[in-house]
Amino acid sequence: MSHPTVPAELPDQLWEAVADGDEHTAVDIVHRALADGADEETLLLEVIAPVQRRIGTEWAADRISVAQEHAATAINERVVGFLAHARPEGERRAPDRGRVTVSCIDGEWHAFPARLVTEVLRLRGWRVDYLGAQTPTAHLIAHLHCTNPDAVLLSGSIPTHLPTAHSAITACQAIGVPVLAGGRAFGPDGRRARALGADEWAADARGAAAVLEAGLAQPCPTAIRQATDDLPHLDDQEYTMVAQSRPQLVKQTLVDLEDRFPAVRGYGDAQRERTVEDIAHIVDFLATALYLDEPDVFTAFLTWTADILEARHVPARSLTAGLDILAVQLRDFPRTVRLLHAGTAALRDHPVPGIRA
Amino acid sequence: MGYAQRVPPFVISSSGASGGTRGGGVSVSAAWSNAPYPVLVVGGDGDVVDANEAARTLFPPAEGLPPWLADAHRRPRASGTPEQGVVSGTVAGRSFEAYSSPGEGGEVVWWLVEDTGHRLAEEALRTERERTELLEEISGVLLSSLNVDRCAEVTARTAADHLADAAVVVAPAQGRRHPLTYARAGGAVTQTLARVDPSSVPGLAEALQGFPPVPTRWIDPEELADWLIPPGFDGPIDSVIIAPLPGHGIPAGALILLRSSTHRAFTDGEEAFAHLFAARAGAALSAAHLYAEQASITATLLQELLPPRLERVHGVEYAGVYRPSQDHEDVGGDFYDVHPGADASQDTFVVLGDVAGKGLQAAALTGKIRSVLQALLPLSGDHQQVLTLLNDALLTSHHTRYASLVLASVRRSEGSEGAEGQVRLRLTSAGHLPPLIIRADGRVEPVDTLGQIVGALPKVTAHSVDVVLAPGETCLLYTDGITDAHGGPLGEELYGEHRLRHALRECARMPAKAVVEHVQMLAAQWLGGGRHDDMATLAITNPATGRSTRRTAHGHDTGTTA
Repeated sequence: MSHPTVPAELPDQLWEAVADGDEHTAVDIVHRALADGADEETLLLEVIAPVQRRIGTEWAADRISVAQEHAATAINERVVGFLAHARPEGERRAPDRGRVTVSCIDGEWHAFPARLVTEVLRLRGWRVDYLGAQTPTAHLIAHLHCTNPDAVLLSGSIPTHLPTAHSAITACQAIGVPVLAGGRAFGPDGRRARALGADEWAADARGAAAVLEAGLAQPCPTAIRQATDDLPHLDDQEYTMVAQSRPQLVKQTLVDLEDRFPAVRGYGDAQRERTVEDIAHIVDFLATALYLDEPDVFTAFLTWTADILEARHVPARSLTAGLDILAVQLRDFPRTVRLLHAGTAALRDHPVPGIRA
Repeated sequence: MGYAQRVPPFVISSSGASGGTRGGGVSVSAAWSNAPYPVLVVGGDGDVVDANEAARTLFPPAEGLPPWLADAHRRPRASGTPEQGVVSGTVAGRSFEAYSSPGEGGEVVWWLVEDTGHRLAEEALRTERERTELLEEISGVLLSSLNVDRCAEVTARTAADHLADAAVVVAPAQGRRHPLTYARAGGAVTQTLARVDPSSVPGLAEALQGFPPVPTRWIDPEELADWLIPPGFDGPIDSVIIAPLPGHGIPAGALILLRSSTHRAFTDGEEAFAHLFAARAGAALSAAHLYAEQASITATLLQELLPPRLERVHGVEYAGVYRPSQDHEDVGGDFYDVHPGADASQDTFVVLGDVAGKGLQAAALTGKIRSVLQALLPLSGDHQQVLTLLNDALLTSHHTRYASLVLASVRRSEGSEGAEGQVRLRLTSAGHLPPLIIRADGRVEPVDTLGQIVGALPKVTAHSVDVVLAPGETCLLYTDGITDAHGGPLGEELYGEHRLRHALRECARMPAKAVVEHVQMLAAQWLGGGRHDDMATLAITNPATGRSTRRTAHGHDTGTTA
């Protein structure tokens, strides 16, 4: 009989194997746990999922690189893949509930949460079409026309994909398929999912299963919405303006930074490239916050970035300088300026361990 | 403007004493006795005291007032003032509005003004509005879906809710079975695939063949086959409409409307509307059929052109990611293949290439090149010969396109006694970007193989290079869609080979799948939402053994803005 508890040390053991890039040991740990009677859902959500979260925190703390994060994720994915096929065909639950589609937002590379939800729903008897990462919205819609699922589960980790998520949500609903949104991008309480008109939101895989089990009503396709119907503030064109002039904003901010901090002029190619990337990220999150009219998207990104920079021994005051420069460039846009000021205030109030020490 | 103004102001009830007709009394009575409106004189107790000719032809006064008028009469009213507001009801199947004026001795004179025509017009208008709304709604809902099941479901449900007590959509046979969609008013929709005989229902076989509909009065509900009754529908069926669903040249099935005997039968107007409704549904269903058919044909034809799923072969990891230039397409002008050796001692033959152009036309040529290379597998050990034969084949075809490609012959050699296994590669580039080797220590080396593109010149020459991969090392083949990715934070830079090589320094000892996904992710992020060429990456990896060091000494130089 399988049981819903696993030895407490299992997540640590799996983490060690995954972080070492040791696929063989990683699969072996899960294989043995399964043989010892652990059930698959518990292994997925209480062993494998925490390891994946830890990969993210280790990267943020600068203990692994982006590439290593990718390598660890690839190994963790192999573990999930092994688990999905560990039981022989006859012992697996046949799909007897309904059919759903799981997809990431177009442009979203973090497919792991979507994969976990997929496997949990399969274990619970759903027939799941898993479209994976970086699915163009046009592919998603074509897939829905062909399969007519009960619902689409749309997964997103990075908030900057939310404007794209919005058009995917309206497109799915316009053909009568309800959307269940999930993932960190939609906020800890699902507020952004509601703002973008998703039919439902779930905090995790079990929550998603519960929503599907309760059933989702088909949206009425004739009530076709435009982006401004959900988000009337978009009429002020500030989002459009900032999103469209991203390269110019980044370029000008770099030039102004060089004027203010002569040291920046002396950066090597690699360091300069990182700086440009950071400015671009700030502009991207600023645009997203404008789209949602939600300062939290922007301030949470800034304080998180400040922590990351501190972990890499880069003073976070550079961020504040970047915000100042952007506020000058964008002075004609009141909502944008308010957001930039909110960002500056959040950075000022954010306790940075490195600074206090 | 109210009708009250039409009531003559001079109405005075006859003085007359009790009993007898009062018609012959005072002359003013003639004013209403010949009035074209029915007029009734009603006593305080509700009895009809007198009635004019028009009223008598409408109904015998002896029968008393119709209940709605009796009610209105009993209601208290200020004496001497005409009642405000209008009462209305039916008499003898016709609709009237009633106006009162005071008579003598507490009597009330009731004037009835017929509004049957007006009512009928209003009702017809309401019905028409409802139907238009319904047509609009179903068109909207059906237009939005290109899924056959969904369209059939919407059709059956809407028909059951608005046009009948139950509805069945019978789709054209798939093989010997018909997809059936059942709906009850307000109930769930069920869909099944069943072997049924349409000729067992009068008019159905004809409807499915696109013949004109059989009038509903010709259909005997008694003769209805059991399979046409929706599950859970009880009660005898009284009235049936069988409406063909006209398609685009091919019938899209038939819609059957059922009404139980507790309701009235379908009227001619309802039957006509059902056919109108069926026309809309049929158009949507056939569009959905057409889409499904096209999608299935496309999927079948593309099957051969899609990039293969790669996996570990004879101890060597292979992984590929392909992103076509057109996001709505699955294929393009880049391609790759891995042809496993018959056993571990045989070479595995790998190819990655790029046909000039993009989209379906380029994809068609990739299919041809892939078939030719498959046929040349027995010669795959001799890259020069493979390229020469492929070149000849391309030159003699009607295609005017050319291609660049990289060939690789891969074999694993197990180390003797404790030594780690190596992977030996022979690499040959035909006008393609040099493959990149990621060494276990993070060095990235381009492979110095040179050759000409195929399909352009009468002769091709190429220079092969042998490479050995130690455990944890990877050979990356890629197309110029990666390095030519246009964008970046400043918006107009090429991603370039130097950024790729820099990024690959961190990919030492990574699994093949992680390498290709990492490269594709970086290129995609570089692009942002911009346009791009086809992008293909293929990694050949000698899997790392044992444990790697967690944090390689690459000194992650993260961003700083000051």
